[in-house]
Amino acid sequence: MDATDIILLLDSSVRLAVPLLLACLAGLYSERSGIVDIGLEGKMLGAAFAAAATAAVTGNVWLGLLAAMAVSTFMSMIHALASINFRGNQIISGVALNFLAAGFTVFLGHAWFRRGGTTPNLRPDERFSTIDLPFAQEFGQVPIIGEIYEQLLSGHSIIVYFAFLAVPVTAFVLFRTRFGLRLRAVGENPKALDTAGMSVSLLRYQALIITGLLCGVAGAYLSTAQGANFSENMTSGRGFIALAALIFAKWRPWQAMWTCLLFGVLSASQIRLQGVEFPMIGEVPVQFIQALPYILTVVLLAGFIGRAKAPKAIGQPYVKER
Amino acid sequence: MSARQPLPNWVTIVLMPALNVLLAFIIGGLAVAMIGENPLDAMWALFYGAFGTGMGWGFTLHYATNFIFTGLAVAVAYHAGMFNIGGEGQAYVAGLGAIVVALWLDQTHWTLVLLGSTAAAMVMGALWAIIPGWLQAKRGSHVVITTIMFNFIASAFMGYMLVQVITAPGANAETRTIAEPGRLPLMSDWFDAFQYSPLNITFFFGILALIFTYVLIWRTKLGYKIRTLGANPEAARYAGISAVAVIIIAMAISGALAGLMAVNEAVGVQKRLVVGYVAGVGFVGIAVAFMGRSHPVGIALAALLFGALYQGGQELAFELPAVPSELVLIIQALVILFTGAMGEMFHPVLERIFAKKIEAAPEEATTSTGEA
Repeated sequence: MDATDIILLLDSSVRLAVPLLLACLAGLYSERSGIVDIGLEGKMLGAAFAAAATAAVTGNVWLGLLAAMAVSTFMSMIHALASINFRGNQIISGVALNFLAAGFTVFLGHAWFRRGGTTPNLRPDERFSTIDLPFAQEFGQVPIIGEIYEQLLSGHSIIVYFAFLAVPVTAFVLFRTRFGLRLRAVGENPKALDTAGMSVSLLRYQALIITGLLCGVAGAYLSTAQGANFSENMTSGRGFIALAALIFAKWRPWQAMWTCLLFGVLSASQIRLQGVEFPMIGEVPVQFIQALPYILTVVLLAGFIGRAKAPKAIGQPYVKER
Repeated sequence: MSARQPLPNWVTIVLMPALNVLLAFIIGGLAVAMIGENPLDAMWALFYGAFGTGMGWGFTLHYATNFIFTGLAVAVAYHAGMFNIGGEGQAYVAGLGAIVVALWLDQTHWTLVLLGSTAAAMVMGALWAIIPGWLQAKRGSHVVITTIMFNFIASAFMGYMLVQVITAPGANAETRTIAEPGRLPLMSDWFDAFQYSPLNITFFFGILALIFTYVLIWRTKLGYKIRTLGANPEAARYAGISAVAVIIIAMAISGALAGLMAVNEAVGVQKRLVVGYVAGVGFVGIAVAFMGRSHPVGIALAALLFGALYQGGQELAFELPAVPSELVLIIQALVILFTGAMGEMFHPVLERIFAKKIEAAPEEATTSTGEA
């Protein structure tokens, strides 16, 4: 494995990390505001379907993205209604949303496109195309640095750049703005905000709208940038890996990025490690690498490597009069 | 929820869930109308498919048995204040124990297979639930998150076992089939009405599990401890109840109950273990437990509803090919959403209607306090 191989591996890691990162940041807003979101998976799935279906019908990928964000935000609002207004169980609401997306996407896919639940393949101009940074070709001749520029930094779709831009933006919003301060506070101590005359519900609604929008982008990436159509259950657990990444990152944006990249490397190396004999250990089963993000998260949660502390008020509906 | 007036008992236990389920079916019907098909035809196909024939009943009761096990699993843990959403993984890992013992004993007699695989399934399910329980009790990691993670770890682990370790020669990711002498008897062997249905002897285990859970939770010392811990951990501590012990025992029972699904589905019907055999039944158990208010009677009824939905969905695919059978998944999701997460939706309306009768009504226990 030489430098070029490593750069290519990192490149595919970045591609695999992007949907995780977007979903992870989405979950960050929700959970920081005190609302558990195990429905990330469902929102991404619904968004992926909306993006692919709209792009296939209209031929416009941007309309697809818009539809994805609309569907995902709508689902997020159902979650808001259940957890804020009806003070329902947020975990059950998340489970329901996951089922709802799994059902609706295939149901409508069957009925509309009659292709066994998938959407038609998108032409290259109906997808998010890759963006070449200036002089990528020329600069690519330079060993290592040039290759990093050409392979790793250049040649991604706009959503990839958006995802990595969302990290500093989220960090800034969360730690440097008034909204961010209130968002963190409402997840820790909603009563204090209420006493100070701010609306707990409004803040949580705002957070869940952002969650919906970001999940929408994540879903659109899967079906119109990384892939070229929607297929049944195409998120295949990414929403839950994102949730694991969020916990592993201790609900912080920069750490979220590094964790998602780490999980991206893990899944990119799955294929490469198949059949490879390690000295001392022997062959590592591919399933073990698949399970590694979850195992790491459990180990972290158990406090064996640091401590993951969730926002204090997470999961509890806020009751004003008491 | 101090602002909310208590309603008469029958309203909260019967009327509200019924309204919620009705609403789920109405929205499901709208989805059918949206794709240009007749909703009433689709609903009739669902209903007739589930209850119209003896075979339909057989399938419905078979699926219901699975839901009884996973529903009770969620309920037992919930009484101890633990939200075990790992039934999916526990049932999956239990399948390993069940099938290994069943394949080992299948040349002897089906009674040995039944008892052996039941014991192995319960042990494996319990083990897979004890770890998250122990992690919560001792290390403070939240059981909801750890059980989610354990579902995925189970899926990877079982994938490995089925592809690499216990694979049948020539097959892809499944075990060999249980030999004739070891197969569990079907109900149709005794009752003609259930012909061609997979309903088997494990159904009686489902009934026993319901009774067992009732006795355990409301008639034993352990059940009292479980409920005390769930209702008020602080009080439980003052009463000298060891939270660690009760949590671990409750999670073990919970996992063992979820594991029983393996006997019904893998050993009883599929007669081998295939990748992903649980197929969401563990998650539906959450809905079953919540709809049934964690009480065996309620769970039996909710399991019957979901069993009927599953079976009706299969028939729907035959009767009306234009309506994708995922309709069932949609209705199921809406039932979970409305009964589990939006249970209070109709409260204000019902409050207005029943306002005058309030003074006579007994205090209602508060439900569904979210956690995690």
